Amino acid sequence: MSEPMRLRATLQGDVADVRILMRHPMETGTRKDAKGEIVPVHFIQSVTVNHNGKTVLEAQWSQAISRDPFLGLRVKGAKAGDKISVTWTDNKGDKRTDETTVAAPS
Amino acid sequence: MTRSVYAGLTAAALFCAAVPLSAQNSADALAIGRQMLAEDNPGELWAQRGERLFAEKRGPKGASLERCDLGLGPGKVAGAFAQLPRYFADTDKVQDLESRLMTCMVELQGFKREDIIRNRFGTPDRDSDMEALVSYVGSKSNRMQMDMPLAHAKEREFYKSGEYLFFRRSGPLDFSCATCHTEDGKRVRLQDLPNMMDPKQMQMVVSTGWPAYRGTQASVRTMQHRLYDCNWQMRQADLGFASDTSVALTSYLNGRAKGGVIQLPGVRR
Repeated sequence: MSEPMRLRATLQGDVADVRILMRHPMETGTRKDAKGEIVPVHFIQSVTVNHNGKTVLEAQWSQAISRDPFLGLRVKGAKAGDKISVTWTDNKGDKRTDETTVAAPS
Repeated sequence: MTRSVYAGLTAAALFCAAVPLSAQNSADALAIGRQMLAEDNPGELWAQRGERLFAEKRGPKGASLERCDLGLGPGKVAGAFAQLPRYFADTDKVQDLESRLMTCMVELQGFKREDIIRNRFGTPDRDSDMEALVSYVGSKSNRMQMDMPLAHAKEREFYKSGEYLFFRRSGPLDFSCATCHTEDGKRVRLQDLPNMMDPKQMQMVVSTGWPAYRGTQASVRTMQHRLYDCNWQMRQADLGFASDTSVALTSYLNGRAKGGVIQLPGVRR
């Protein structure tokens, strides 16, 4: 079971500043564990960000991305209350989707 | 896509140009790096998990921690960290956040003390519940000021013992905490060490310091880990997790950080 992402989306003018923290080991496949055995490769392969159901970002990731990755993006034409959903899929087929709404600037 | 890659490279180049890496102003460079990390601190993921663990019915007794008294009454989490360590009548002890959470996990949830101690520090394969819970409770005191009570005689006793331990040289290297932490500009390799005689630096250590996400360890670590590691670096005998010695030192540090504005979890190298 994977940990929920931490999502924040704040409106700045007509642009939503979206910040995503994901919890993932992002194993490179080269690290060895305490017994000296190679830890199998395990990383997020694809990330999709949707704004009100419309895809605004599609990314293909590799082992080069760090553990517990951060992704930031700015979505044009967003309004307060809009839905932002994020989905990642890793190389073991694990999948996770989390959703947030765009908050008005504080 | 391409454009954002260029933008990233430019930002990196500017960063290097603006901040020449030299030992003298490593503090400035580190401060900029910390600032960049703090906006999206992975420690928030630990706080989020801690919040869930706190409310979840767990352990052999199937209880949540919502009856746990962290000093302000059962289940009162907001502001609790600002007033720890403190005296607790039920255990007749002065306890810091870690030792108090351990009491609750043993008494309310029925976890075994040994198991909690075994899992006190997370590894890449296994997260520590303690580190998550401390992150959550710490973050619930954000924007408040450190205000550790010293009203009870035992609280003053722990503070005094902590002060004694801070200055007492011992071990094969004849080190004390004071050897490294009572002068400005001291370093271990490139790491600037806080001068704990300076109230401002002391406040930073406690109120924005620990629990902190440590980039090199890819995990949140708590004050108990910091003290354990300092002790190891001084080649002292191992510091027991949540031991009276560690709580006394924490009392001395937190007591002297009075007024520091809390912002947790922190970010560290």
